[in-house]
Amino acid sequence: MSITLDMAQVELREVNTTLQAAAKAQANEAYTITNTRGSHAIACGLDGPLEVTVQGSTGYYCAGMNKEAAITVTGSTGPGVAENMMSGVVTIEGDASQYAGATGHGGLLNIKGNASSRCGISMKGIDIVVHGNIGHMSAFMAQKGNLVVLGDAGDALGDSLYEARLFVRGDVKSLGADCIEKEMRPEHIELLADLLAKTGADAKPEEFKRYGSARKLYNFNIDHADEY
Amino acid sequence: MDHTPNTMPRQSWTFSNETNSEIRRAAATGIYDIRGGGAKRRVPHFDDLLFLGASMSRYPLEGYREKCETSVTLGTRFAKKPIELKIPITIAGMSFGSLSGPAKEALGRGATMAGTSTTTGDGGMTEEERGHSEKLVYQYLPSRYGMNPDDLRRADAIEIVVGQGAKPGGGGMLLGQKITERVAGMRDLPEGIDQRSACRHPDWTGPDDLEIKILELREITNWEKPIYIKVGGARPYYDVALAVKAGADVVVLDGMQGGTAATQDVFIEHVGQPTLACIRPAVQALQDLGMHRKVQLIISGGIRTGADVAKALALGADAVSVGTAALVALGDNDPKWEAEYQKLGSTTGAYDDWHEGQDPAGITTQDPDLMARLDPEIAGRKLRNYLNVLTLECQTLARACGKSHVHNLEPEDLCALTMEAAAMAQVPLAGTNWYPGKPGF
Repeated sequence: MSITLDMAQVELREVNTTLQAAAKAQANEAYTITNTRGSHAIACGLDGPLEVTVQGSTGYYCAGMNKEAAITVTGSTGPGVAENMMSGVVTIEGDASQYAGATGHGGLLNIKGNASSRCGISMKGIDIVVHGNIGHMSAFMAQKGNLVVLGDAGDALGDSLYEARLFVRGDVKSLGADCIEKEMRPEHIELLADLLAKTGADAKPEEFKRYGSARKLYNFNIDHADEY
Repeated sequence: MDHTPNTMPRQSWTFSNETNSEIRRAAATGIYDIRGGGAKRRVPHFDDLLFLGASMSRYPLEGYREKCETSVTLGTRFAKKPIELKIPITIAGMSFGSLSGPAKEALGRGATMAGTSTTTGDGGMTEEERGHSEKLVYQYLPSRYGMNPDDLRRADAIEIVVGQGAKPGGGGMLLGQKITERVAGMRDLPEGIDQRSACRHPDWTGPDDLEIKILELREITNWEKPIYIKVGGARPYYDVALAVKAGADVVVLDGMQGGTAATQDVFIEHVGQPTLACIRPAVQALQDLGMHRKVQLIISGGIRTGADVAKALALGADAVSVGTAALVALGDNDPKWEAEYQKLGSTTGAYDDWHEGQDPAGITTQDPDLMARLDPEIAGRKLRNYLNVLTLECQTLARACGKSHVHNLEPEDLCALTMEAAAMAQVPLAGTNWYPGKPGF
């Protein structure tokens, strides 16, 4: 039984206070948020197991800094969905705007549609699976975690990349500084198969190419000045 | 024998020995000079202002008997739990990573004993700092190293760093030799690599976005924490106005003398405005919006003495912040390490290669042997003493101007020694009733 919070009736503050309290209480309850009307910061800062369905589309920073909760958005999300997520699962049935999963430390962000530019920027351990395409400068300065793209990637993928792993099935318009294609080893196939299964993605691991850091920019070298 | 007099060898002002040494260094290495600290060039500063004191038309307070309050409350605009400080002097943000764990602990100890706050930096919140800081401001930086909602909630305030005075518009770099296992772990990076800090936040651009980001941070923290916005001294009138528009409780404005852990020397010396030049436009912006004293203004960048504190407050700041001076109070650039500074090619007072991790004073290092040189309890007491002296000096000047609270100091208590300082501070040149740009002249 899901408890409904209607944003035509209750303010954002009350929605988040209710969800945060329920998550903290470890109640394992289910909530449905309706009439979101593109509101910002819906279901952010949850810290505990909770099932939240956001019906419709949201503004900025939906599910920001999520811990443990499972949040599903039935529409599309504005910029910074699941930014700095620590754990849990966030699923977007539609498309995601810029900075999806930015700086995320953990958990799984599952985007069924496309993601715009800077998807996974500065990611620090989160797993992101995008069933469609991603925009330019995605995984910029990405540090840890896995970004899986079933469609195409825009310009400058993985620019100034650290240790995050990028898997793209479609075309990559261009690679950013210090990002190179790398060998797909058995452990990567296994990792990819797991993420595809978890997110219900209709794809085979063998169809993907892996990209990672050439590690040439890890320590400043004047001979690489043109790269900066 | 030729007795024709010779002209003395003349050094070029343009191509000074110091300039030529930098040209030779650049030619030899092919890389710009990176260093710590703030601008070293001489710029108009608080030294160029004087207090007028009380006389026939002003009534002084008795120096040792009459009360002169120093408390300040920060974050009264929106936060449910504003920060109450005993003194209007805070400790500026400095990262664990650039500073050692014991140094962060010492800052926390000293600030707490003096009744004020300290601030984290790029690299997250350490237990040393949280455990020893009664009031801790948690910086929210572009890199988001170590950022997590638990630390956000256990902070006493949140400071969104848009820029800093040493490098408005610039990011940072922590060289690999300081990226130890612990520092790397906190930043989710491999050990030993150069760690770059971005110059822009990853998930917002511009004040309209920032307003929404602030909404998110307030929602996550139950609207309890004061939200500061820190800007470098670039366009203070507009930057402060936009920070207020974005929803700041407090604006921190850092002039070009404000320090950094490591940045290009060319950036430090050639970008941004002197602290003195930033204050009046910032206060004007607050006044134009009807927000002066409602959104508090913290000024930093070259604060050294109680006179600097008093002058910043007189120009309209609510509080000041000290960084470099706090490190000096802990023991940075102490003459007792002169022999070691010489070995590193520097000298006492000039040592600024903080990024290299070889600090003889054990403050800007992650080397265990060097770190052990700093006793955090002793260093914390030194910082407390220093903060107490700043406060006493500030009170002394305020009483001399007849003020029962240091916030009652005002521009009318000041005059300027130079035309530049008069123009920047908008207080009369000494002996006149005029300053450059004054309406009606």
